[in-house]
Amino acid sequence: MPVDTAVRPVRILVAKVGLDGHDRGVKVVARALRDAGYEVIYTGLRQTPEMVVDAALQEDAQVIGLSIHSGAHMTLFPAVVQELKRRKATDIIVFGGGIIPEDDIAALKKRGVAELFTPGTPLQDIVDWLRKRFPRGGS
Amino acid sequence: MKIRARDPKEVWQEEFDSKPSRDDGIETSTISGIPLKPLYTSADLPKREEEMPGVYPYTRGIHTSGYRGRLWTMRQFSGFATAEETNRRYKYLLANGQTGLSVAFDMPTLMGQDSDAPTSRGEIGHCGVAIDSLADMETLFDGIPLGEITTSMTINSPAAILLCMYIAVAEKQGVPASALGGTLQNDILKEFIAQKEFIFPPEPSMRLVVDSIEYCAREVPKWNTISISGYHIREAGSTAAQELAFTLADGMAYVDACLERGMRIDDFASRLSFFFDAHIDFFEEVAKFRAARRIWARWMRERYGAQDERSIKLRFHTQTAGVSLTAQQPELNVARTAIEALAAVLGGTQSLHTNAMDEVLALPTDKAARIALRTQQLLAYETGVANTIDPLGGSYFVEALTDEMERQAEVYFKRIEELGGVIPAIEASFFQKEIADAAFRYQQELEQKRRLVVGVNEFTVDDEEPMDILRIDPKLEGEQVARVQAVRRKRDQARCSKALAALGKAAAGSDNLMPYILEAVRAYATEGEIMNTLIEVFGVYTEKAVI
Repeated sequence: MPVDTAVRPVRILVAKVGLDGHDRGVKVVARALRDAGYEVIYTGLRQTPEMVVDAALQEDAQVIGLSIHSGAHMTLFPAVVQELKRRKATDIIVFGGGIIPEDDIAALKKRGVAELFTPGTPLQDIVDWLRKRFPRGGS
Repeated sequence: MKIRARDPKEVWQEEFDSKPSRDDGIETSTISGIPLKPLYTSADLPKREEEMPGVYPYTRGIHTSGYRGRLWTMRQFSGFATAEETNRRYKYLLANGQTGLSVAFDMPTLMGQDSDAPTSRGEIGHCGVAIDSLADMETLFDGIPLGEITTSMTINSPAAILLCMYIAVAEKQGVPASALGGTLQNDILKEFIAQKEFIFPPEPSMRLVVDSIEYCAREVPKWNTISISGYHIREAGSTAAQELAFTLADGMAYVDACLERGMRIDDFASRLSFFFDAHIDFFEEVAKFRAARRIWARWMRERYGAQDERSIKLRFHTQTAGVSLTAQQPELNVARTAIEALAAVLGGTQSLHTNAMDEVLALPTDKAARIALRTQQLLAYETGVANTIDPLGGSYFVEALTDEMERQAEVYFKRIEELGGVIPAIEASFFQKEIADAAFRYQQELEQKRRLVVGVNEFTVDDEEPMDILRIDPKLEGEQVARVQAVRRKRDQARCSKALAALGKAAAGSDNLMPYILEAVRAYATEGEIMNTLIEVFGVYTEKAVI
């Protein structure tokens, strides 16, 4: 018989990497995830890959959500994945969002980014994706 | 039998009430949430003296002759990759009938850092052109006579540096600063509020803005020293009324800062210009533009005692709403942009940028950029809309909505004043929260399909055709890094160091910094070096992260 353990909410670190300050998307997503029951920590703007991974480890996050609108995603998203490898924290899942052309999405997935959401994505799609990845919460 | 004449309004109301309304669940308020009546009549027409174009308070336009006198300036914002490539695009646009230039800088340039700074990696040339020093600026405007065109530069924290570079390029072309025309965005307050490309804390940031306004009033009198921008506020998710109110409140904060410096209102106010968004809710936008002129004129005359007519006329640039564009079925963006551009024109804009259909995916290709420009030409020359001044003036609906915009803006002005002014309101995250709330509300309306975006949450297609987009060659990053390093090797280092030391000293004092920056620029100090000199004195600003 399965034991009913208390489910810990998934902790998601949401970060703006890169130099741009377009934080509309990241804030809307952060609020929606919070409303969906996730624990959301928002880092604020202009985080370097090192800062993001530091914060994720400190906050004991299981997921990192990256947002960018400057076009530097091909450099910065893989850099976060690399930094996680360097810090031996590859159990942390990375997903991202922003203005990311179709071809780049495939390339980024190959380089270890779990999923990418582009403009027009319903918030529910992001929540559904997380539910699939964490069917039993963050425990 | 005698038929009693009934009030036609009553007749209509009865008939209307007896008929069912559509029950598709779609909002009937404006996109910003202003409730709308199904019909406006003479009863909604505000009672006031007749307003005329070119006559205070300029609701119907600042020019007596409207577009009969002169069409708006078609000013397409562009810049990408290197100065050399962008220079080619500028020449292409000018050859195709564009009438003014508008420079888009890349993120490192906007954030005041050189291309070889570690955090510039992956960002160079992506959302604009990379400019590190005067050498790049010389390339950017090579073969373009600066005395004959006007140029708009979208840059804020490092605005003073880029303006000095422009002045220095003109000097080399033999064009005196007094002959230069153009616009510097230079609007730091909206950076703190919305776009977030701030570097220094608010106070020294404001000092730099006032320094450039003061300097230009004397030395570059035809230059629009600031473009007080609602565009970014709106794109960050604000409502139309918030865009209007926050932008004009920023404008008044700049006026206050200049007066505090000891300048006289009529010595600088005529060079203040504005920049608004043209969103997709057509009538709301027209009303917003009309209200902006009326409010500004009233405040400038009544509160600040401006005498010069040019000080009280609100001039503005418009860009169609980038945020309204969709990555899905992107060709539809041509239609969206045309409608938004029409709102800007009927709202009486002085200049206009129309977005390219692919801008939601990347920087525009040549073809998409041309279609965007052609959309404006089509409006100007095919549709006939430029023939009549303020053609929506007198419309029951538009006049009522104009007044509603004005009313909502005044409510915000009071709240901002209660918070102690714009800067204390920024520090209290007031604007940031208002905007984030509005953005979230709108997103929820989309999720619940109370608002539809064609191709996104309704009328979708399963297999989107991929679109050709502009790719920035990754090689250019290394080339630009090499270029800035070559500039550092080749310049007169003694002159450069001396200029930077003098700038640092002046920053610690209270001199106007423009002459010091100009000298550093002439000595080929890089943008990053100049900014770092100032950062040592001013420090940097960090925003409280709120969601």
